[in-house]
Amino acid sequence: MTTRVRRWLPGLLLVSPSIVLIAVFVYGLLGWNFKVAMTDKHNEIAEIPGNFVGLENFVSIWSEERWGLSVRHSIIFTAVFVGGALVLGWFLAFLMEKGIRGEGGFRAIYLFPMAISFIATGVVWRWLMNSATGERAVGLNRLFGYLGMDFLQWQWFRDPDWGMAAMAVPAVWQMSGYIMALFLAGFRGVPEELREAARVDGCNEWQVYRRVILPMLRPVTLSALIILGHISLKVFDLVVAVSGKQIITDVPATFMWTAVFDAHDPAKGATIAAYIVLSVVIFIVPYLIWNARKGNR
Amino acid sequence: MTRGRARAARWVRLGLLVLFVVVFLIPVYVLLVTSFKPLSEADPGQAWNLPKVWTVEAWRVAWEKLEPGILNSFLLAIPGSLLSAALGSMNGYVLSKWRFPGADVVFTLFLFGMFIPYQGVMIPLVQLMVNLGDWFNLDLYGGIPGLTLAHVVYGIPICTLIFRNYYVTIPDELIEASRVDGAGMLRTFWSIVLPVSGPAFAVVIIWQFTSMWNDFLFAVFLTGPTSWPATVMLNNIAGAQTVPYSQQMAAAILASIPTMVVYVLLGRFFMRGLMAGALKG
Repeated sequence: MTTRVRRWLPGLLLVSPSIVLIAVFVYGLLGWNFKVAMTDKHNEIAEIPGNFVGLENFVSIWSEERWGLSVRHSIIFTAVFVGGALVLGWFLAFLMEKGIRGEGGFRAIYLFPMAISFIATGVVWRWLMNSATGERAVGLNRLFGYLGMDFLQWQWFRDPDWGMAAMAVPAVWQMSGYIMALFLAGFRGVPEELREAARVDGCNEWQVYRRVILPMLRPVTLSALIILGHISLKVFDLVVAVSGKQIITDVPATFMWTAVFDAHDPAKGATIAAYIVLSVVIFIVPYLIWNARKGNR
Repeated sequence: MTRGRARAARWVRLGLLVLFVVVFLIPVYVLLVTSFKPLSEADPGQAWNLPKVWTVEAWRVAWEKLEPGILNSFLLAIPGSLLSAALGSMNGYVLSKWRFPGADVVFTLFLFGMFIPYQGVMIPLVQLMVNLGDWFNLDLYGGIPGLTLAHVVYGIPICTLIFRNYYVTIPDELIEASRVDGAGMLRTFWSIVLPVSGPAFAVVIIWQFTSMWNDFLFAVFLTGPTSWPATVMLNNIAGAQTVPYSQQMAAAILASIPTMVVYVLLGRFFMRGLMAGALKG
């Protein structure tokens, strides 16, 4: 017994600093945040701990117009970003999967935006998506003008209804190379014999694709969805870089930022943060459990 | 007939890929071209033209404004990524080769930390940094050390994951042989595992360097003006209405050069980090 303990104890000791750090910084602080969210500490400066008010903040925030807007924006952004990056990433991988000359070069170009910060790419995208049209147009609106496609000129992220769809464009540009790499690995994971067997059985190329390859891409698609979804729900840098603190492009993360730094309202900031966490947890936890089960099998 | 069709299909695919390359490179063209333009060519009518007069004036001004931020980013990202790699390799080693009861639970709980939106810890984190600073008389809140600490802690999950998945491929017999020879945990780590860890270290250091360099969220919450990293300074430069586009673009390129250099030279390892982030393998 003691020899067995002596066998694993050093390992536990070596990992224990990290266990403590994760316990405190991840789980402890998440709990603390929920605690703050359930108080009436709406004034950062006053030295009061705040009284427990239960879920009052979680309910009352829905009556704020700005919160409703930020949720709506987040949904539009998520739909366009996740859909766009998934389709474009898949399409690029589809074009390359059979092998093409210069593949390494293509991959490097599609992937390089991943290495740059949203803040830096936001600078150029704000210019590209400038809302001026006609004579004053710059950026993409100007380019559309040159190409004789004036009808494509629009307000981009300043469009009051669908501006967030424009905000997703730089995000798609930045992330679809990554999705392409995931799908390419997925395509290459399908053994050639399987395709060959299907062809021998009389399938044409389209049927091989539908019946053999697509089902085998499902796990990759799920991973891609999880990655894109959790990036999307917490998007912050990109919105700040492209449009700053404008309400027209407000998302929960920027709303929280202004609640903390401009309104000095920790309880409200914590409530928004808690909602962001919950929205991610809802689909991450099942995924992690699914993944752990798959690993055990 | 089919041969001809196959060839046509190949050309169509190549054509589409080239078209996408052009689209992907539009922002790069804009960044470079605009950054070399003098102020006199800043009007909308010449937005997409090459500069008539090439000048590095914007670059000079941008560098002056951004230099302290770039320095701060290096002070953050170099020690931070090295620390992350050290912690990650120890954790990954134990969780794959020197396991204790409940190691799988610990690993799963670590993994969850990889996915939490950091907004969820930000408000108490600021408070914790202030408190820790008071207790230990350290300058944690507002400075680079506190920001480094935060990045290292929240980097533990991904770093542990990458090292663990790498170490799983080391044959158990090697570890067992070392044990039989009387080597303890640390000795085995030092003389058997570390010497073959090069690629995993490269992946983790590159991954952490890139994410620390590119981070904005932690930096705006945890640092003050004198310790702002390049991203925050860049955002302040670009957010000011008075700064001409040429300077904004030059600053954006300057702030991206270190990670681009890493990507170009060590892209292979960067890719592996990305794939690990997808929870594969």
